[in-house]
Amino acid sequence: MQVSININGEQVTREVEPRTLLVHFIRDTPGLTGTHWGCDTSNCGACVVLMDGQPLKSCTALAAMCEGHEIRTVESLEKNGQLDPVQQGFHELHALQCGFCTPGMLMTARALLDSNPDPSDHEIRTAISGGICRCTGYKNIVAAVQWAAQHQNGHATQQEA
Amino acid sequence: MQTPGPFEYERATSLEGAIAALGIHGPGARVIAGGHSLLPMMKLRLASPDYLVDINELHELAYIREDGSELVIGALTRHVELLESEKLATAYPLFRDAEQVIADPVVRNRGTIGGSLCQADAAEDLSAVCVAAKAQIVIRGGDAERTVPITDFHLGPWMTVVADGEIVTEIRLPIRRGAGSAHVKVERRAGDWAIAAASACVWMDGDTISDAGIGLSAVGPITIHLTRAEELLAGATLADDLFDQVAAIASEDCAPIADTRGPVDYKRHLAGVLTKRALRRAVDRAHGRET
Repeated sequence: MQVSININGEQVTREVEPRTLLVHFIRDTPGLTGTHWGCDTSNCGACVVLMDGQPLKSCTALAAMCEGHEIRTVESLEKNGQLDPVQQGFHELHALQCGFCTPGMLMTARALLDSNPDPSDHEIRTAISGGICRCTGYKNIVAAVQWAAQHQNGHATQQEA
Repeated sequence: MQTPGPFEYERATSLEGAIAALGIHGPGARVIAGGHSLLPMMKLRLASPDYLVDINELHELAYIREDGSELVIGALTRHVELLESEKLATAYPLFRDAEQVIADPVVRNRGTIGGSLCQADAAEDLSAVCVAAKAQIVIRGGDAERTVPITDFHLGPWMTVVADGEIVTEIRLPIRRGAGSAHVKVERRAGDWAIAAASACVWMDGDTISDAGIGLSAVGPITIHLTRAEELLAGATLADDLFDQVAAIASEDCAPIADTRGPVDYKRHLAGVLTKRALRRAVDRAHGRET
């Protein structure tokens, strides 16, 4: 069947099987391998993308179900060479080691800050509880999201680094 | 790589169209809503539907509203909407208790109440919540609509009374005076399925329990409905040992199996303890004391 999805503002249209999962539809698109395919069981959160602004585990949605919706992946965060504050925060505060969970963490954090610009640590921990990081112990991730919340306006600059 | 087996896909644009498609394609057809139970089942080949009817665009099935003496929830209402609804939290706070511990916020963006009930997984929380709340499930087919009490809805593990060509449209909860409710759950880690969970609703007249509902998750092949305990509680006056008696019934009347979440005697003990805690909190809430 033909499936057409708006990914990061561009319409991507392909002939796929109905059973094609969103994560594979995304990753099979040139330039869009940033979304990670992890546990495949909706537990780990590495595959989180935004659908109409809400975090979604893309391993547990059919591509066909997403037609007509707007998908945002981790590639949409950086604009004109400028990192999104959540990306900059992860960089500043060493919120990743291996980086496998990072795309999902970043998109989940982006959605949180879009709806709640000044979250408490508890709210951040709740928001990212659908993601599993085996490296950091989450402390630096929470700190990075707080950093992003404090640098939302004007975005981070290299001078602050 | 886990991928579902092949199937045909149809996106429903009307409820009538969805029901017609389910009727035409018969036993091989399944409704897909949030898909967060069905797709993992399909990846594992525990479910192999050959036709999926996607109802995600049927926004008319997503609502929480009062209808006379009932609170009515559309089948496509998502976990996040159940969690955030003040109307629901006021009438039935056990929904918010449960929704805070169902999976994680990302999963809760997608999963629906209709899908949770139709999944008929004994470890799922909302089935116990609905048993305690004495919910009625509205099922629509091509020619008629029928209403089934939640206690008759589940036939066995992963089996419901929903027939070919039928779809769950609505969950109806009675609104009665003196209500209090709570859901308590013990899990191995955040977002996991329950080791055991207990849902309790009470309807109080002063210190007398005029009616009660209790459901248990994860301690039997299907959601456990504690009828013996409800009979003991109906008409009873609050007394020191009343909930101990109910806890003993809960431990006896559940039917857990030993697995990675624990041995049978532990789960029976837990069922009793959680039932008692849920009842205490439900009574406190009915009396206007939040605990």
